[in-house]
Amino acid sequence: MTTASAIELGRPAARQNSLWRYWRGGLQGSEFTWAVAFVVPYIAVFLAFVVYPACYGLWMGSDPALYPEVFSDPIYLNTVVNTAVFLAFGVNVKLFLALLLSGFFMRPGWWTKTLLLIFVLPWAVPALPTYISIHWMLNGEWGLVNNFLYIVFGLDGPSWLNERWLALGSAICAHVWKWTPFWTVILLAGRMSIPQEIYDAAKVDGATGLRRFLHVTFPLLANLYLVLTLLATIFLLGDFNSVYFVTGGGPANSTHLLATLGVVRDMLELGKPQLGVAAVMSALPLLIPLVIILMRKLKSSEAQL
Amino acid sequence: MTTTTVDTGRAAVKTDLPATHSAERMRRVARRWRYLSNAGAALVSAVLLFWTLAPLYNMIMVAFEHEGDVFSDHLWPPHASAESFWVVLSEGHWYLEAFWHQFGNSVFLAGMVTLLVLLIGTLTSFSISRMRIRNGWLITNAALLTYVIPGSFLAIPFYLIMHRYGLNNNPWSVIAVLVTFTTPYAIFIFQEYGRSIPLELDESARIDGASPFQIYYKIYLPLMAPALVAVGTYALLAAWNEYLYQFLLLSNDRSMTVAVALGKFLNSDVAPWNYMMATAIIYAIPPIATYYAFRRKMSSGLTMGGVKG
Repeated sequence: MTTASAIELGRPAARQNSLWRYWRGGLQGSEFTWAVAFVVPYIAVFLAFVVYPACYGLWMGSDPALYPEVFSDPIYLNTVVNTAVFLAFGVNVKLFLALLLSGFFMRPGWWTKTLLLIFVLPWAVPALPTYISIHWMLNGEWGLVNNFLYIVFGLDGPSWLNERWLALGSAICAHVWKWTPFWTVILLAGRMSIPQEIYDAAKVDGATGLRRFLHVTFPLLANLYLVLTLLATIFLLGDFNSVYFVTGGGPANSTHLLATLGVVRDMLELGKPQLGVAAVMSALPLLIPLVIILMRKLKSSEAQL
Repeated sequence: MTTTTVDTGRAAVKTDLPATHSAERMRRVARRWRYLSNAGAALVSAVLLFWTLAPLYNMIMVAFEHEGDVFSDHLWPPHASAESFWVVLSEGHWYLEAFWHQFGNSVFLAGMVTLLVLLIGTLTSFSISRMRIRNGWLITNAALLTYVIPGSFLAIPFYLIMHRYGLNNNPWSVIAVLVTFTTPYAIFIFQEYGRSIPLELDESARIDGASPFQIYYKIYLPLMAPALVAVGTYALLAAWNEYLYQFLLLSNDRSMTVAVALGKFLNSDVAPWNYMMATAIIYAIPPIATYYAFRRKMSSGLTMGGVKG
């Protein structure tokens, strides 16, 4: 009787112990303490500066009375169109150019290597000085672009930043200028990781030039290209600098993106941060699916890259 | 042109001419093809150079002009002089009164962000991938999520929170947010790079009685040196180049950084463009120099992390 009860008493204790060890991942005593101490700083940073502001933002934007005000604002509606245009052209133009240029930079020789060094300059230079420079270049009266058009071709250029679509187009061009080198370098690394034997085999089968690209290079790069498209879309949604410095949201608030509208006009100019949060949050139906797909893709493609 | 050569090539085969003849034709076609492709490459190169360098040229040109010359039709400075650089360096314009102080602020901010990102990044990835803490994947996922959320989406709540706690105009508020958005990249690169270091090293050190901290400090960190350089460079550049949060959180003259001061120039009614561009160039030189000095190390980190740009 006594022995049996001892066993009965002992069992749950043993199970508890093994569960506890299982939860600790097989780490022993002080080692577990160390492991926890090592991750605490990051967890603290994540909770304090991601979870807290995100929850605060969601709470601010949770007032349903905000949305009629946001959706009836003509500037907001313009901004949604601008964001869609910016996404459609910005992402695709820069990635397609990057795909083509990464092929160009695969050419052997010292010249392409030197050119690549110069070509990555827009990415190496901070965004701010170059966007300010582009802003001044596009000045209708004294900018370099119109001076060039006038002196070389005798044309009077338009004032680029005073008309909505010209201004938005300029901002897209500035963005493409700044970011194409970055994606080119990544796609170049992707192309370089394709083994030469595959190309040799394709050559034996008679695939050269365009057919080599269509049937060998692109299928192997397609997954990377898709991931980059998603990533570029998300980054572009959060892009503040290119519109803020090139057009300043003008003329007459007609070239804002969601990020600049929320921060600059709603919060700083109108002093209504809730409106800004609501404007930014209206991008969530697009952002959340993108984030979910991208997180899955990134995890599965981790091993390949 | 090409079709005729191919035809004659075929004819050559049919009429049983010596094989060398058709080989000669083929070589000529190849040479012409190479010539065309080189010409195409030269054209692409010229367009690329023009496109890439125009805004940078504009920056340099305006910086070398006199204030009055900025407003005239020209493609190069009519009276080039480096005077505006001197004005910036000697704080000789009322916009630039605190230039060196602001430069110091930028250096402090970038340095602190780099140190903290390296520290927190290595500690976290050591615990997850070397000590294999249970549920470490949750932390990896949190980092991945932070990486894919655009930073500007949290700007408004972050701004309000920092104002509520009186932390605006405090550089630590910006350091905190930059560390938050840069550490995820560090965690990926460190985990990825750490795979190349055999776990047996940690095991044998543990058998010899090393504590986890000793393993981290004496074995893990020295072996991770290349990844530390890559991520450190990345963090340094990211912090130096960032604008939005610095602009929102650092607004008075004593706390602002060079980036904020530059942005403030633009918002003034009559911007002295030559001084502004000179400031912009001086601001851009440290990151460009860092980038080209550590380019190889950085790009190895970049390809290591694959798409996690």
